[in-house]
Amino acid sequence: MMGNATTPDTAPGGRASTIDDRSTETFTPDSSGRISGEVRPMNVVGQRLAHHDFVDKVKGSMLYAADWHLPGMLYGRIVRSTMASARITGIEVDEARALEGVAVVITAEDVPFNEHIERASGGLGELLIAMPILARDRVRYVGEPVVLIAAETQQIADQAAELVWIEYEDLPGVFDPESAMETGAPLVHDEGNVLVEWKIEHGEATSALDGADAVVEGEYRSQHVEHAYLEPEGGVGWIENGVVTLRVSTQVIEHAIEVAHILGLPENKVRVIAAYMGGGFGGKEDMTVEPFLALLVWKTRRPVRMIWDRQESMSASTKRHPFIMRYRTGVKSDGTIVAQEVDIIGDAGAYPYLSARIMFAGAALACGPYRTPNVCVRSRAVFTNNVPTSAFRGFGAMQVTLAYESQMDRVAEALGLDRFEVRRRNFVAKGDVIPTGETLQTAVAISETMERAWAGLGAPSEPSAPNKRVGRGIGCNMQPYGRTIWFRDRASAWLSLQADGSLLIRAGVTDLGAGQAASLCAIAAEVLGVSLDDISVYIGDTALTPPAGGTYATRQLYMSGNAVLNASNQLRDKLAPVAADALGCAVEDLVFESGRASAKQHSGEDTAPFVTMRELVQQCGAHGVDPTVFALWRAEAGTFDTGTGQGASFPDYTYGTHAAEVEVDVETGEVTVLKYVASHDVGRAINPMRVEGQIQGGAMQGLGYALMEEIVLEEGNNLSSLFSGYLIPTFEDMPDIRIEIVESGEGKGPLNARGIGEPPIGNVAGTIANAITDAIGLRPTRLPMTPERILDLLDASSSSDGG
Amino acid sequence: MTTQLVTLRVNGVVRTVEVEPSSTLLEVLHDDFGMSDVRYGCGEGVCGTCTVLLDGEPVSACLLFAVQVIDREITTLSGLLGEDGSLHPLQQSFLELGGSQCGFCTPGVILTAHSLCERTVVPTRDEIRYELVGNLCRCTGYTKILDSVEDYVARRVEPEVGS
Repeated sequence: MMGNATTPDTAPGGRASTIDDRSTETFTPDSSGRISGEVRPMNVVGQRLAHHDFVDKVKGSMLYAADWHLPGMLYGRIVRSTMASARITGIEVDEARALEGVAVVITAEDVPFNEHIERASGGLGELLIAMPILARDRVRYVGEPVVLIAAETQQIADQAAELVWIEYEDLPGVFDPESAMETGAPLVHDEGNVLVEWKIEHGEATSALDGADAVVEGEYRSQHVEHAYLEPEGGVGWIENGVVTLRVSTQVIEHAIEVAHILGLPENKVRVIAAYMGGGFGGKEDMTVEPFLALLVWKTRRPVRMIWDRQESMSASTKRHPFIMRYRTGVKSDGTIVAQEVDIIGDAGAYPYLSARIMFAGAALACGPYRTPNVCVRSRAVFTNNVPTSAFRGFGAMQVTLAYESQMDRVAEALGLDRFEVRRRNFVAKGDVIPTGETLQTAVAISETMERAWAGLGAPSEPSAPNKRVGRGIGCNMQPYGRTIWFRDRASAWLSLQADGSLLIRAGVTDLGAGQAASLCAIAAEVLGVSLDDISVYIGDTALTPPAGGTYATRQLYMSGNAVLNASNQLRDKLAPVAADALGCAVEDLVFESGRASAKQHSGEDTAPFVTMRELVQQCGAHGVDPTVFALWRAEAGTFDTGTGQGASFPDYTYGTHAAEVEVDVETGEVTVLKYVASHDVGRAINPMRVEGQIQGGAMQGLGYALMEEIVLEEGNNLSSLFSGYLIPTFEDMPDIRIEIVESGEGKGPLNARGIGEPPIGNVAGTIANAITDAIGLRPTRLPMTPERILDLLDASSSSDGG
Repeated sequence: MTTQLVTLRVNGVVRTVEVEPSSTLLEVLHDDFGMSDVRYGCGEGVCGTCTVLLDGEPVSACLLFAVQVIDREITTLSGLLGEDGSLHPLQQSFLELGGSQCGFCTPGVILTAHSLCERTVVPTRDEIRYELVGNLCRCTGYTKILDSVEDYVARRVEPEVGS
């Protein structure tokens, strides 16, 4: 157990952390992971503070992507394929063009460069498939864009869409990945149906399995899931100074470059501005409206707005990959894992998007937080004529949690061992080698999260009726934060003090709603001693903010947080000699706090001489000091060898455990979650209130995934494209989520923080599956665990008992 | 298409606007009046994002035609602000307790909670859940929203604070 981890009772605000609280003896944080210069209590980091953007949110004055209205604005609309697999034999748009108020109708032949090639794995071996922006002669999924319209009103644009006539010739389709791999299966792309096949191999899995005392086997299946952010995809575009400018709801402003390629423009002629998002969860990581808005703006030379309605968003946007996961886990009789063989198949849908990277994450994390000396993992992304799948919080590493957590309980059951003991015996530890052959570099406080989560459940509940069974389960996980490291990730930030002492932060991050911008302000405020009220932060604009990479992969606190910490430290170091000169003291005696620099070597001296930030900036000129810093932060780099299945994968991981108590109605199959506790080690909580919010939201989204949510596809047709048919958890479906924050003091983010955006969704399905099994003695292996599926399990069991 | 001149009372201000018979209240408030606190979420009356108060009762603005609400009292989230733009105590509780994350659902959530708190002095946590069941949130997991409403209720009944 970590010596310096804190309990949640002391964490919120009351935690006695100081900026010299630099972790344990053996952990060497990245060189930029600390604050320059001084020892004093933290004033901002660790506090439950609300930032400027949250004021706008509770007032309703936040301007999202759909809230800009430009003079002379047109309204865009996409006509999409109604066929899952077909040849386009004709597109008739004359009638639509002739409708009064229609400004432009665009088809494939009007697109300057009508393809986008995704290299999601960074060139490590996936097929390179050209995805058309608008389908020309072939459609591969229901919802594929074919024709683009802009009109004076949304109503006219919608009306024009009805007047477009697309003639199709039906082609055979394939709708599940296993059929798609059979010989003679219809080809979704001529290049083949297997987009990528990853292998991760370490040790000798086959012989180790042969020599194991017991081998536990399991097959698990997950489903298509919708992100269901409340803000649908949308934005506005216009041309300004010859630059196509888009203000959209996106996680990745760097798509500006792809948009430029599509338009055939130089890369410096497209600008993307990211509005604060109304949720993203990975669904706004790929381009959504961007290429379409840009094409309409470019052709009409007028401002255009495009907002996907809910049905369009739910039926045509990317989904979470359904996984088929087959596990063989070999153990010694004491429960120690000796080997695992894992086969994962992911339904990529009709186009690559980020499938290659997602299936890598699934492969790399297939064994979870359990030491597995002999491993053989195969992970494949397979094309089908279903809606494409791509990034969704957890990114492949979350689907496998159901499998490895179910396997752990099965091992305990098979050997008659305690499920906690089996986990403890196998938990990875700092210094361990994981299946990719890498060594874990930071603390693994997973055991503590398990104890805290389980204890948080409190006294067991009694069943509320004779037909109810109560059970409890746990689920542990590890989830990477930061990009796969062969991408040589980097982020930059630009800090400048204005003449009045106020601070400007410019960083290219996009804000999903989790406080990405606010965290940067908290870090700078802490280092420079500037009040949060005196900081303005400009984010997400390719024209004005230095590149930060997108907000995905739980990378922005890690990447841009470190960039801002670096920049803040450098700025402080530039100001220090000026302040020391003004105060007639040594640089080492300075404390930056409360908007001023004081010559206060010993804390507690209220009468120490000081200089305000405003005075300090004004004196910078005389010293030839420019009170501005641009800092670039680079993550560690490495390579992965696809031949040996060994190499570098992710910078670091966040560990956690969830615990749940459920009640199962054995007459209806209904599962009610009675209690839920989630515990994660976040290294250090920059803002505990936001950390709790991330974990609570992730757990709730995971509960929807585990118990309720499924995009039902029938021959590629989406049967759940409305909220009335696609159920996400409401206020009444689930209990409060109790949080236990662990702060191990180790992590590769700024001030030793770990990322917490994605991790908390991962544990849930395994936790609930284990709790249901505990309640009814039967194991659900297929998501979502609906009443029908639980009843099927019960029926199958009673009929086999009866037989 | 025939348009019609209608008079709407929004946050105590009388406004006249030319609408089509098919224009929804949501379209008029968001697009014609430029109100960012009334937002499209689903257009089917399920998610609660576009919630406004109609004579004090929460309704989905996407399901009402503008011509149906002539001369009715419409309140949006910005209508809860003080005359000087200060936060309503319920908004203050959401701010301090993290009841908002991405913020997109927040106007509908706060308005629905507000109407409950106008009817019931001290609603229980379960009553708050029941009332808010028509407001979907995908970020918070709901726990901190419930904490925020309870905090407002608790502060309101403290005699020295008042409302």
